[in-house]
Amino acid sequence: MPQGWLDFEQPLAELMERIDELTAIGAKEEVKRLREQVKELKSKLYSNLTPWQQVLLARHPRRPYMLDYIERMVTDFVELHGDRAFADDPAIIAGIGKINETGLAIIGHQKGRDTKEKLYRNFGMPHPEGYRKTLRVMKLAVRFGLPILSLIDTPAAYPGVGAEERGQAEAIARNLREMAILPVPIVVVVCGEGGSGGALAVAVGNRVLMQENALFSVISPEGCASILWRDGSKTKEAAEVLKMTASDLLKFGIIDEVVPEPLGGAHQDWDEAAKLLKRAVMANFRKLALKSAEELVKQRISKLASVGVYTR
Amino acid sequence: MTQSQTPDGMWLRCDGCGEILYRKALERNFFICMRCGHHFRIFPEQYIKIILDNGLKELDSDLAPSDPLEFPQYREKLAKARSKTGKPDAFSYGKGKISGRPVVFGVMDFRFIGGSMGSVVGEKIARSIRLARNKRLPLIIVSTSGGARMHEGMFSLMQMAKTAAELGLLRQAHIPYISIPVDPCTGGVMASFASLGDIIISEPGALLGFAGPRVIENTIGEKLPKGFQRAEFLLKHGFLDMVVSRRDLKETLTRILSILWPQKQDESGTL
Ligand SMILES: [Zn+2]
Repeated sequence: MPQGWLDFEQPLAELMERIDELTAIGAKEEVKRLREQVKELKSKLYSNLTPWQQVLLARHPRRPYMLDYIERMVTDFVELHGDRAFADDPAIIAGIGKINETGLAIIGHQKGRDTKEKLYRNFGMPHPEGYRKTLRVMKLAVRFGLPILSLIDTPAAYPGVGAEERGQAEAIARNLREMAILPVPIVVVVCGEGGSGGALAVAVGNRVLMQENALFSVISPEGCASILWRDGSKTKEAAEVLKMTASDLLKFGIIDEVVPEPLGGAHQDWDEAAKLLKRAVMANFRKLALKSAEELVKQRISKLASVGVYTR
Repeated sequence: MTQSQTPDGMWLRCDGCGEILYRKALERNFFICMRCGHHFRIFPEQYIKIILDNGLKELDSDLAPSDPLEFPQYREKLAKARSKTGKPDAFSYGKGKISGRPVVFGVMDFRFIGGSMGSVVGEKIARSIRLARNKRLPLIIVSTSGGARMHEGMFSLMQMAKTAAELGLLRQAHIPYISIPVDPCTGGVMASFASLGDIIISEPGALLGFAGPRVIENTIGEKLPKGFQRAEFLLKHGFLDMVVSRRDLKETLTRILSILWPQKQDESGTL
Protein backbone atom coordinates (compact mmCIF):
# COMPACT_ATOMS: atom_id res chain seq x y z
CA MET A 1 0.00 0.00 0.00
CA PRO A 2 1.46 3.41 -0.94
CA GLN A 3 2.66 5.31 2.15
CA GLY A 4 1.62 8.71 3.42
CA TRP A 5 -1.86 8.68 1.87
CA LEU A 6 -5.21 8.56 3.65
CA ASP A 7 -7.41 5.47 3.40
CA PHE A 8 -9.95 7.13 1.15
CA GLU A 9 -7.13 8.30 -1.13
CA GLN A 10 -5.73 4.80 -1.74
CA PRO A 11 -7.21 4.35 -5.24
CA LEU A 12 -5.58 7.63 -6.26
CA ALA A 13 -2.24 6.72 -4.67
CA GLU A 14 -2.21 3.40 -6.53
CA LEU A 15 -2.99 5.10 -9.80
CA MET A 16 -0.16 7.59 -9.28
CA GLU A 17 2.23 4.76 -8.49
CA ARG A 18 1.23 3.05 -11.70
CA ILE A 19 1.87 6.27 -13.63
CA ASP A 20 5.38 6.47 -12.16
CA GLU A 21 6.10 2.91 -13.23
CA LEU A 22 4.80 3.47 -16.76
CA THR A 23 6.66 6.77 -17.10
CA ALA A 24 9.86 4.96 -16.20
CA ILE A 25 9.42 2.53 -19.10
CA GLY A 26 8.28 5.26 -21.48
CA ALA A 27 4.68 4.14 -22.06
CA LYS A 28 3.53 7.60 -23.10
CA GLU A 29 0.07 6.80 -24.45
CA GLU A 30 -0.87 4.75 -21.41
CA VAL A 31 0.42 7.46 -19.07
CA LYS A 32 -1.66 10.08 -20.85
CA ARG A 33 -4.75 7.94 -20.47
CA LEU A 34 -4.10 7.36 -16.78
CA ARG A 35 -3.56 11.07 -16.14
CA GLU A 36 -7.07 11.71 -17.41
CA GLN A 37 -8.28 9.07 -14.99
CA VAL A 38 -6.43 10.82 -12.15
CA LYS A 39 -8.28 14.04 -12.86
CA GLU A 40 -11.63 12.30 -12.84
CA LEU A 41 -10.83 10.35 -9.74
CA LYS A 42 -9.69 13.50 -7.91
CA SER A 43 -12.86 15.40 -8.63
CA LYS A 44 -14.83 12.38 -7.46
CA LEU A 45 -12.81 11.83 -4.28
CA TYR A 46 -12.50 15.41 -3.12
CA SER A 47 -15.87 16.92 -3.91
CA ASN A 48 -18.33 16.61 -1.03
CA LEU A 49 -15.76 15.77 1.62
CA THR A 50 -17.17 15.02 5.05
CA PRO A 51 -16.02 17.28 7.90
CA TRP A 52 -13.91 14.41 9.21
CA GLN A 53 -12.21 13.93 5.84
CA GLN A 54 -11.41 17.63 5.93
CA VAL A 55 -9.80 17.14 9.31
CA LEU A 56 -7.67 14.40 7.82
CA LEU A 57 -6.69 16.59 4.88
CA ALA A 58 -5.72 19.48 7.15
CA ARG A 59 -3.49 17.04 9.06
CA HIS A 60 -2.30 15.24 5.94
CA PRO A 61 1.23 13.87 6.40
CA ARG A 62 2.12 15.10 2.91
CA ARG A 63 0.68 18.58 3.38
CA PRO A 64 3.21 21.41 2.89
CA TYR A 65 4.38 23.09 6.10
CA MET A 66 5.54 26.62 6.73
CA LEU A 67 9.13 26.14 5.59
CA ASP A 68 7.90 24.48 2.38
CA TYR A 69 5.90 27.60 1.59
CA ILE A 70 8.74 29.93 2.54
CA GLU A 71 11.04 28.04 0.19
CA ARG A 72 8.60 28.59 -2.65
CA MET A 73 7.25 32.08 -1.88
CA VAL A 74 9.96 34.01 -0.12
CA THR A 75 13.39 35.17 -1.26
CA ASP A 76 16.31 36.21 0.96
CA PHE A 77 14.66 34.60 3.97
CA VAL A 78 16.56 35.16 7.21
CA GLU A 79 15.32 33.07 10.10
CA LEU A 80 15.59 34.74 13.50
CA HIS A 81 15.83 32.77 16.69
CA GLY A 82 14.96 33.11 20.34
CA ASP A 83 12.77 35.18 22.62
CA ARG A 84 15.72 36.93 24.34
CA ALA A 85 14.42 35.66 27.66
CA PHE A 86 14.50 31.90 27.90
CA ALA A 87 15.01 29.87 24.72
CA ASP A 88 14.39 29.34 21.04
CA ASP A 89 11.27 27.36 20.25
CA PRO A 90 11.59 25.17 17.13
CA ALA A 91 7.79 24.80 16.94
CA ILE A 92 7.67 28.42 15.78
CA ILE A 93 9.49 29.96 12.84
CA ALA A 94 10.07 33.70 12.73
CA GLY A 95 12.10 35.73 10.31
CA ILE A 96 12.34 38.38 7.64
CA GLY A 97 12.42 38.06 3.88
CA LYS A 98 10.95 39.31 0.61
CA ILE A 99 8.01 38.43 -1.57
CA ASN A 100 8.17 40.03 -5.03
CA GLU A 101 10.99 42.28 -3.74
CA THR A 102 8.81 43.58 -0.88
CA GLY A 103 10.32 43.13 2.58
CA LEU A 104 8.18 41.56 5.28
CA ALA A 105 8.30 39.68 8.56
CA ILE A 106 6.99 36.13 8.64
CA ILE A 107 5.92 34.13 11.66
CA GLY A 108 4.14 30.82 12.11
CA HIS A 109 4.12 27.23 13.28
CA GLN A 110 6.33 24.48 11.95
CA LYS A 111 5.54 20.78 12.15
CA GLY A 112 8.00 17.98 11.50
CA ARG A 113 7.90 15.56 8.56
CA ASP A 114 9.65 12.49 10.01
CA THR A 115 9.72 11.20 13.58
CA LYS A 116 12.97 12.91 14.49
CA GLU A 117 11.86 16.27 13.13
CA LYS A 118 8.40 15.88 14.65
CA LEU A 119 9.97 15.54 18.08
CA TYR A 120 12.34 18.44 17.40
CA ARG A 121 9.41 20.64 16.35
CA ASN A 122 7.27 19.30 19.22
CA PHE A 123 4.57 18.43 16.63
CA GLY A 124 4.12 22.14 15.98
CA MET A 125 2.98 22.80 19.55
CA PRO A 126 4.64 25.96 20.86
CA HIS A 127 5.89 26.82 24.31
CA PRO A 128 5.59 30.38 25.67
CA GLU A 129 9.04 31.27 24.32
CA GLY A 130 7.74 30.54 20.82
CA TYR A 131 4.99 33.14 21.14
CA ARG A 132 7.41 35.57 22.73
CA LYS A 133 9.75 35.08 19.76
CA THR A 134 6.94 35.99 17.36
CA LEU A 135 6.19 39.14 19.33
CA ARG A 136 9.84 40.14 19.34
CA VAL A 137 10.05 39.75 15.57
CA MET A 138 6.72 41.53 15.03
CA LYS A 139 7.98 44.50 17.01
CA LEU A 140 11.13 44.45 14.90
CA ALA A 141 8.87 44.61 11.85
CA VAL A 142 7.08 47.65 13.27
CA ARG A 143 10.36 49.50 13.85
CA PHE A 144 11.33 49.02 10.23
CA GLY A 145 7.89 49.45 8.72
CA LEU A 146 7.53 45.87 7.47
CA PRO A 147 4.16 44.17 7.01
CA ILE A 148 3.65 40.88 8.83
CA LEU A 149 2.56 37.52 7.43
CA SER A 150 1.48 34.81 9.87
CA LEU A 151 1.02 31.20 8.76
CA ILE A 152 -0.95 29.00 11.15
CA ASP A 153 -0.60 25.24 11.52
CA THR A 154 -0.72 23.80 15.03
CA PRO A 155 -2.75 21.22 16.94
CA ALA A 156 -2.51 23.37 20.10
CA ALA A 157 -0.25 25.32 22.41
CA TYR A 158 1.74 22.71 24.32
CA PRO A 159 0.09 21.64 27.59
CA GLY A 160 3.17 20.78 29.68
CA VAL A 161 4.88 21.55 32.96
CA GLY A 162 7.51 23.92 31.58
CA ALA A 163 4.92 25.70 29.45
CA GLU A 164 2.85 26.42 32.58
CA GLU A 165 5.88 27.46 34.63
CA ARG A 166 6.86 29.95 31.97
CA GLY A 167 3.37 31.37 31.53
CA GLN A 168 1.73 29.86 28.45
CA ALA A 169 -1.47 31.78 29.23
CA GLU A 170 0.36 35.08 29.63
CA ALA A 171 2.35 34.61 26.42
CA ILE A 172 -0.80 33.95 24.38
CA ALA A 173 -2.75 36.77 26.02
CA ARG A 174 0.03 39.27 25.44
CA ASN A 175 0.31 38.34 21.77
CA LEU A 176 -3.44 38.85 21.32
CA ARG A 177 -3.30 42.30 22.88
CA GLU A 178 -0.15 43.45 21.11
CA MET A 179 -1.06 42.13 17.67
CA ALA A 180 -4.32 44.06 17.86
CA ILE A 181 -2.49 47.38 18.13
CA LEU A 182 0.54 46.90 15.87
CA PRO A 183 0.66 49.78 13.36
CA VAL A 184 1.60 47.67 10.29
CA PRO A 185 -0.47 45.47 7.96
CA ILE A 186 -0.97 41.90 9.21
CA VAL A 187 -2.19 39.09 6.97
CA VAL A 188 -2.95 35.74 8.60
CA VAL A 189 -3.41 32.48 6.73
CA VAL A 190 -4.52 29.29 8.45
CA CYS A 191 -2.69 26.68 6.37
CA GLY A 192 -3.36 23.47 8.25
CA GLU A 193 -4.69 23.00 11.75
CA GLY A 194 -5.82 26.12 13.55
CA GLY A 195 -5.83 24.56 17.00
CA SER A 196 -7.55 26.82 19.53
CA GLY A 197 -5.56 29.38 21.56
CA GLY A 198 -2.31 27.98 20.25
CA ALA A 199 -3.33 29.10 16.77
CA LEU A 200 -5.18 32.27 17.72
CA ALA A 201 -2.09 33.61 19.51
CA VAL A 202 -0.61 34.45 16.10
CA ALA A 203 -3.88 34.91 14.22
CA VAL A 204 -4.90 38.51 14.90
CA GLY A 205 -4.78 40.29 11.56
CA ASN A 206 -6.31 42.85 9.23
CA ARG A 207 -7.16 39.98 6.95
CA VAL A 208 -7.60 36.40 8.16
CA LEU A 209 -7.54 33.82 5.37
CA MET A 210 -7.90 30.06 5.37
CA GLN A 211 -6.70 27.58 2.83
CA GLU A 212 -9.53 25.54 1.42
CA ASN A 213 -8.80 22.45 3.50
CA ALA A 214 -7.55 24.13 6.66
CA LEU A 215 -9.35 24.05 10.00
CA PHE A 216 -9.80 26.60 12.75
CA SER A 217 -11.43 25.45 15.94
CA VAL A 218 -12.04 26.25 19.58
CA ILE A 219 -11.22 22.65 20.52
CA SER A 220 -9.98 19.56 18.67
CA PRO A 221 -12.65 17.08 17.56
CA GLU A 222 -11.00 14.56 19.90
CA GLY A 223 -11.29 16.94 22.85
CA CYS A 224 -14.86 17.86 21.99
CA ALA A 225 -15.89 14.21 21.67
CA SER A 226 -14.49 13.28 25.04
CA ILE A 227 -16.23 16.21 26.74
CA LEU A 228 -19.53 16.01 24.90
CA TRP A 229 -20.03 12.26 24.59
CA ARG A 230 -17.35 11.14 27.08
CA ASP A 231 -16.08 9.09 24.18
CA GLY A 232 -12.86 10.18 22.50
CA SER A 233 -13.61 8.02 19.48
CA LYS A 234 -16.67 10.02 18.39
CA THR A 235 -14.40 12.40 16.50
CA LYS A 236 -16.43 12.28 13.30
CA GLU A 237 -19.55 13.54 15.04
CA ALA A 238 -17.51 16.21 16.81
CA ALA A 239 -15.91 17.41 13.57
CA GLU A 240 -19.40 17.94 12.23
CA VAL A 241 -20.88 19.90 15.12
CA LEU A 242 -17.84 22.15 15.66
CA LYS A 243 -18.18 23.91 12.26
CA MET A 244 -14.44 24.29 11.83
CA THR A 245 -13.93 24.29 8.06
CA ALA A 246 -12.99 27.26 5.89
CA SER A 247 -16.39 27.37 4.21
CA ASP A 248 -18.24 27.30 7.56
CA LEU A 249 -16.11 30.08 8.98
CA LEU A 250 -16.41 32.24 5.87
CA LYS A 251 -20.16 31.90 6.15
CA PHE A 252 -20.00 32.98 9.82
CA GLY A 253 -17.87 35.99 8.89
CA ILE A 254 -15.08 34.81 11.16
CA ILE A 255 -12.58 34.67 8.30
CA ASP A 256 -12.31 37.00 5.32
CA GLU A 257 -11.34 34.78 2.43
CA VAL A 258 -10.72 31.18 1.39
CA VAL A 259 -7.44 30.51 -0.43
CA PRO A 260 -7.89 27.87 -3.12
CA GLU A 261 -5.73 24.73 -3.14
CA PRO A 262 -4.81 22.49 -6.06
CA LEU A 263 -7.48 19.91 -6.91
CA GLY A 264 -7.48 17.34 -4.11
CA GLY A 265 -5.58 19.51 -1.63
CA ALA A 266 -2.27 21.29 -1.12
CA HIS A 267 -0.43 17.99 -0.71
CA GLN A 268 -1.03 17.06 -4.37
CA ASP A 269 1.14 19.88 -5.70
CA TRP A 270 3.25 21.98 -3.33
CA ASP A 271 4.40 24.41 -6.04
CA GLU A 272 0.88 25.12 -7.18
CA ALA A 273 -0.34 25.46 -3.57
CA ALA A 274 2.44 27.97 -2.86
CA LYS A 275 1.60 29.91 -6.02
CA LEU A 276 -2.06 30.21 -5.03
CA LEU A 277 -1.12 31.17 -1.47
CA LYS A 278 1.33 33.81 -2.62
CA ARG A 279 -1.17 35.32 -5.00
CA ALA A 280 -3.80 35.64 -2.24
CA VAL A 281 -1.35 37.03 0.31
CA MET A 282 0.06 39.67 -2.04
CA ALA A 283 -3.37 40.80 -3.23
CA ASN A 284 -4.29 41.45 0.40
CA PHE A 285 -1.05 43.24 1.25
CA ARG A 286 -1.52 45.47 -1.78
CA LYS A 287 -4.93 46.55 -0.52
CA LEU A 288 -3.70 47.08 3.03
CA ALA A 289 -0.74 49.17 1.86
CA LEU A 290 -3.18 52.00 1.14
CA LYS A 291 -4.24 52.28 4.78
CA SER A 292 -2.62 54.45 7.43
CA ALA A 293 -1.30 52.97 10.67
CA GLU A 294 -4.34 54.26 12.58
CA GLU A 295 -6.73 52.86 10.01
CA LEU A 296 -5.03 49.47 10.22
CA VAL A 297 -5.40 49.27 14.00
CA LYS A 298 -8.95 50.53 13.88
CA GLN A 299 -9.97 48.08 11.15
CA ARG A 300 -8.39 45.15 12.97
CA ILE A 301 -10.07 45.91 16.27
CA SER A 302 -13.50 46.75 14.89
CA LYS A 303 -13.48 43.50 12.94
CA LEU A 304 -12.90 41.62 16.21
CA ALA A 305 -15.47 43.73 18.02
CA SER A 306 -18.15 42.62 15.59
CA VAL A 307 -17.62 38.87 16.17
CA GLY A 308 -20.29 37.31 18.37
CA VAL A 309 -23.92 36.28 18.27
CA TYR A 310 -26.30 37.31 21.05
CA THR A 311 -29.82 38.56 21.65
CA ARG A 312 -31.70 40.73 24.14
CA MET B 1 -20.13 19.94 42.84
CA THR B 2 -19.60 19.24 46.54
CA GLN B 3 -21.21 21.37 49.20
CA SER B 4 -17.95 23.07 49.90
CA GLN B 5 -17.98 24.41 46.34
CA THR B 6 -21.45 25.85 46.57
CA PRO B 7 -21.83 27.42 49.95
CA ASP B 8 -25.56 27.17 50.45
CA GLY B 9 -26.27 24.55 53.13
CA MET B 10 -26.42 25.33 56.87
CA TRP B 11 -23.22 23.44 57.54
CA LEU B 12 -20.29 23.16 55.20
CA ARG B 13 -17.31 20.86 55.19
CA CYS B 14 -13.92 22.44 54.51
CA ASP B 15 -12.00 20.98 51.56
CA GLY B 16 -8.78 22.10 53.21
CA CYS B 17 -9.02 20.47 56.64
CA GLY B 18 -12.30 18.55 56.75
CA GLU B 19 -13.74 20.69 59.56
CA ILE B 20 -17.53 21.14 59.59
CA LEU B 21 -18.28 24.85 59.66
CA TYR B 22 -21.42 26.83 60.40
CA ARG B 23 -22.43 28.72 57.29
CA LYS B 24 -23.29 32.02 58.99
CA ALA B 25 -19.93 32.11 60.75
CA LEU B 26 -18.13 31.23 57.54
CA GLU B 27 -19.95 33.99 55.68
CA ARG B 28 -18.88 36.53 58.29
CA ASN B 29 -15.34 35.29 57.68
CA PHE B 30 -15.47 35.93 53.89
CA PHE B 31 -15.94 32.18 53.30
CA ILE B 32 -12.44 31.54 54.58
CA CYS B 33 -12.11 28.46 56.83
CA MET B 34 -11.64 29.60 60.42
CA ARG B 35 -9.39 26.66 61.10
CA CYS B 36 -7.05 26.31 58.09
CA GLY B 37 -7.55 29.46 55.99
CA HIS B 38 -8.90 27.56 52.96
CA HIS B 39 -10.76 29.91 50.64
CA PHE B 40 -14.14 28.45 49.67
CA ARG B 41 -15.31 29.15 46.15
CA ILE B 42 -17.74 32.05 46.17
CA PHE B 43 -19.91 33.58 43.51
CA PRO B 44 -20.63 37.02 42.00
CA GLU B 45 -23.07 38.18 44.66
CA GLN B 46 -20.47 37.53 47.37
CA TYR B 47 -17.63 39.23 45.49
CA ILE B 48 -19.86 42.23 44.91
CA LYS B 49 -20.61 42.37 48.64
CA ILE B 50 -16.96 41.99 49.62
CA ILE B 51 -15.44 44.44 47.14
CA LEU B 52 -18.02 47.12 46.36
CA ASP B 53 -19.47 49.70 48.79
CA ASN B 54 -23.13 49.64 47.77
CA GLY B 55 -23.55 46.90 45.22
CA LEU B 56 -23.26 46.86 41.45
CA LYS B 57 -25.21 49.08 39.06
CA GLU B 58 -25.44 46.41 36.45
CA LEU B 59 -25.42 47.12 32.72
CA ASP B 60 -26.49 44.96 29.76
CA SER B 61 -27.95 42.41 32.18
CA ASP B 62 -30.37 41.31 29.46
CA LEU B 63 -27.74 40.31 26.90
CA ALA B 64 -28.44 36.64 26.23
CA PRO B 65 -26.74 33.87 24.27
CA SER B 66 -28.05 32.24 21.12
CA ASP B 67 -27.02 29.01 19.46
CA PRO B 68 -25.21 29.91 16.22
CA LEU B 69 -23.87 26.39 15.63
CA GLU B 70 -27.09 24.62 16.65
CA PHE B 71 -24.82 22.65 18.91
CA PRO B 72 -26.15 19.45 20.53
CA GLN B 73 -27.63 20.00 24.00
CA TYR B 74 -26.55 23.65 24.15
CA ARG B 75 -30.00 25.16 24.58
CA GLU B 76 -30.78 22.74 27.39
CA LYS B 77 -27.50 23.57 29.07
CA LEU B 78 -28.22 27.28 28.82
CA ALA B 79 -31.70 26.89 30.28
CA LYS B 80 -30.34 24.87 33.19
CA ALA B 81 -27.56 27.35 33.90
CA ARG B 82 -30.03 30.21 33.73
CA SER B 83 -32.33 28.64 36.29
CA LYS B 84 -29.38 27.85 38.55
CA THR B 85 -27.93 31.37 38.53
CA GLY B 86 -30.89 33.56 37.58
CA LYS B 87 -28.68 35.13 34.89
CA PRO B 88 -28.63 34.73 31.10
CA ASP B 89 -24.88 34.11 30.99
CA ALA B 90 -21.65 33.89 33.00
CA PHE B 91 -20.55 37.53 33.36
CA SER B 92 -22.00 40.61 35.03
CA TYR B 93 -20.60 44.11 34.94
CA GLY B 94 -21.48 47.66 35.71
CA LYS B 95 -20.48 50.62 37.83
CA GLY B 96 -19.73 50.53 41.52
CA LYS B 97 -17.61 52.13 44.19
CA ILE B 98 -14.64 50.85 46.12
CA SER B 99 -14.09 52.87 49.30
CA GLY B 100 -15.78 55.82 47.65
CA ARG B 101 -13.92 55.52 44.36
CA PRO B 102 -15.99 54.91 41.23
CA VAL B 103 -14.88 51.95 39.15
CA VAL B 104 -16.11 49.65 36.41
CA PHE B 105 -16.48 46.23 37.97
CA GLY B 106 -17.08 42.86 36.34
CA VAL B 107 -17.34 39.36 37.75
CA MET B 108 -17.68 35.88 36.24
CA ASP B 109 -19.92 33.10 37.53
CA PHE B 110 -18.38 29.63 37.53
CA ARG B 111 -21.78 28.02 38.08
CA PHE B 112 -22.83 29.07 34.58
CA ILE B 113 -21.41 26.30 32.31
CA GLY B 114 -18.10 26.46 34.15
CA GLY B 115 -17.79 30.20 33.65
CA SER B 116 -17.08 29.51 30.00
CA MET B 117 -16.68 32.42 27.58
CA GLY B 118 -18.97 32.56 24.58
CA SER B 119 -20.25 35.53 22.61
CA VAL B 120 -22.16 37.12 25.51
CA VAL B 121 -19.31 36.92 28.02
CA GLY B 122 -16.82 38.21 25.45
CA GLU B 123 -19.14 41.02 24.32
CA LYS B 124 -19.88 42.15 27.87
CA ILE B 125 -16.23 42.09 28.84
CA ALA B 126 -15.41 44.14 25.74
CA ARG B 127 -18.18 46.58 26.71
CA SER B 128 -16.91 46.85 30.28
CA ILE B 129 -13.45 47.71 28.95
CA ARG B 130 -14.89 50.32 26.58
CA LEU B 131 -16.95 51.81 29.41
CA ALA B 132 -13.82 52.12 31.54
CA ARG B 133 -12.05 53.84 28.65
CA ASN B 134 -14.89 56.20 27.76
CA LYS B 135 -15.61 57.21 31.37
CA ARG B 136 -11.95 57.08 32.37
CA LEU B 137 -12.66 54.78 35.31
CA PRO B 138 -10.41 52.02 36.63
CA LEU B 139 -11.47 48.52 35.60
CA ILE B 140 -11.61 45.56 37.97
CA ILE B 141 -12.56 42.08 36.76
CA VAL B 142 -12.90 38.96 38.91
CA SER B 143 -12.42 35.97 36.58
CA THR B 144 -13.21 32.32 37.08
CA SER B 145 -13.65 30.05 34.09
CA GLY B 146 -12.82 26.77 32.44
CA GLY B 147 -12.06 28.64 29.20
CA ALA B 148 -13.71 29.29 25.87
CA ARG B 149 -17.22 27.84 25.45
CA MET B 150 -17.06 24.85 23.10
CA HIS B 151 -20.76 25.12 22.18
CA GLU B 152 -20.29 28.38 20.28
CA GLY B 153 -17.24 27.13 18.42
CA MET B 154 -15.05 29.77 16.81
CA PHE B 155 -17.35 32.55 18.00
CA SER B 156 -16.08 31.70 21.47
CA LEU B 157 -12.42 31.47 20.56
CA MET B 158 -12.54 34.89 18.89
CA GLN B 159 -13.74 36.48 22.14
CA MET B 160 -10.22 35.98 23.47
CA ALA B 161 -8.81 38.23 20.75
CA LYS B 162 -11.72 40.66 21.05
CA THR B 163 -11.26 41.25 24.79
CA ALA B 164 -7.46 41.43 24.52
CA ALA B 165 -7.72 43.97 21.70
CA GLU B 166 -9.98 46.24 23.78
CA LEU B 167 -7.45 46.00 26.60
CA GLY B 168 -4.78 47.17 24.16
CA LEU B 169 -6.76 50.39 23.72
CA LEU B 170 -7.40 50.75 27.46
CA ARG B 171 -3.70 50.40 28.09
CA GLN B 172 -2.91 53.09 25.52
CA ALA B 173 -5.38 55.33 27.34
CA HIS B 174 -3.43 54.84 30.60
CA ILE B 175 -6.38 53.62 32.60
CA PRO B 176 -5.66 50.98 35.23
CA TYR B 177 -7.00 47.46 34.89
CA ILE B 178 -6.75 45.18 37.90
CA SER B 179 -7.36 41.54 37.10
CA ILE B 180 -8.40 39.15 39.87
CA PRO B 181 -8.39 35.56 38.60
CA VAL B 182 -9.82 33.26 41.28
CA ASP B 183 -10.31 29.53 41.71
CA PRO B 184 -10.45 28.05 39.12
CA CYS B 185 -9.34 30.05 36.11
CA THR B 186 -7.87 28.28 33.09
CA GLY B 187 -7.94 28.07 29.30
CA GLY B 188 -9.08 30.87 27.04
CA VAL B 189 -9.97 33.26 29.84
CA MET B 190 -6.59 32.92 31.50
CA ALA B 191 -5.01 33.15 28.02
CA SER B 192 -6.71 36.48 27.34
CA PHE B 193 -8.05 39.27 29.54
CA ALA B 194 -7.42 37.59 32.92
CA SER B 195 -3.64 37.57 32.31
CA LEU B 196 -3.49 41.14 31.05
CA GLY B 197 -4.03 43.19 34.20
CA ASP B 198 -1.70 46.06 34.96
CA ILE B 199 -1.83 44.41 38.33
CA ILE B 200 -2.89 40.79 38.81
CA ILE B 201 -4.07 39.58 42.20
CA SER B 202 -5.31 36.15 43.23
CA GLU B 203 -6.47 34.31 46.33
CA PRO B 204 -4.62 31.61 48.30
CA GLY B 205 -4.78 28.18 46.73
CA ALA B 206 -6.56 29.27 43.53
CA LEU B 207 -5.99 26.99 40.53
CA LEU B 208 -4.76 29.12 37.62
CA GLY B 209 -3.20 28.14 34.32
CA PHE B 210 -3.52 27.59 30.62
CA ALA B 211 -4.09 23.84 30.31
CA GLY B 212 -6.15 22.03 32.91
CA PRO B 213 -4.14 19.74 35.21
CA ARG B 214 -5.77 16.59 33.80
CA VAL B 215 -4.84 17.54 30.25
CA ILE B 216 -1.24 18.03 31.32
CA GLU B 217 -1.17 14.75 33.23
CA ASN B 218 -2.49 12.95 30.14
CA THR B 219 0.14 14.61 27.95
CA ILE B 220 3.18 13.97 30.14
CA GLY B 221 1.93 10.67 31.54
CA GLU B 222 2.61 11.42 35.17
CA LYS B 223 1.02 12.99 38.24
CA LEU B 224 1.62 16.69 38.78
CA PRO B 225 3.33 17.78 41.99
CA LYS B 226 1.26 19.23 44.82
CA GLY B 227 0.77 22.96 44.47
CA PHE B 228 1.28 22.95 40.70
CA GLN B 229 -0.72 25.78 39.03
CA ARG B 230 -1.84 27.13 42.39
CA ALA B 231 -1.73 30.89 42.97
CA GLU B 232 1.43 30.57 45.08
CA PHE B 233 3.11 28.70 42.18
CA LEU B 234 2.24 31.50 39.74
CA LEU B 235 3.48 34.08 42.23
CA LYS B 236 6.79 32.25 42.51
CA HIS B 237 7.13 32.02 38.73
CA GLY B 238 6.38 35.69 38.23
CA PHE B 239 2.85 35.68 36.81
CA LEU B 240 0.99 37.27 39.73
CA ASP B 241 1.70 40.48 41.59
CA MET B 242 0.32 39.13 44.82
CA VAL B 243 -1.73 36.46 46.53
CA VAL B 244 -4.08 38.19 48.94
CA SER B 245 -6.44 36.79 51.55
CA ARG B 246 -10.01 37.55 50.57
CA ARG B 247 -10.29 39.38 53.88
CA ASP B 248 -7.75 41.95 52.62
CA LEU B 249 -8.91 42.16 49.00
CA LYS B 250 -10.90 45.39 49.26
CA GLU B 251 -8.25 47.16 51.29
CA THR B 252 -5.58 46.10 48.78
CA LEU B 253 -7.64 47.41 45.86
CA THR B 254 -8.30 50.66 47.71
CA ARG B 255 -4.61 51.21 48.34
CA ILE B 256 -3.66 50.48 44.71
CA LEU B 257 -6.38 52.76 43.33
CA SER B 258 -5.40 55.56 45.72
CA ILE B 259 -1.93 55.52 44.18
CA LEU B 260 -2.67 54.83 40.50
CA TRP B 261 -5.89 56.89 40.28
CA PRO B 262 -5.83 59.47 43.09
CA GLN B 263 -7.56 62.25 41.18
CA LYS B 264 -10.77 60.33 40.86
CA GLN B 265 -11.68 59.97 44.50
CA ASP B 266 -14.26 62.71 44.64
CA GLU B 267 -15.53 62.66 41.09
CA SER B 268 -18.48 60.43 41.79
CA GLY B 269 -20.80 62.47 39.59
CA THR B 270 -20.56 59.89 36.83
CA LEU B 271 -22.44 57.42 39.00
ZN1 LIG C 1 -10.30 24.30 56.74
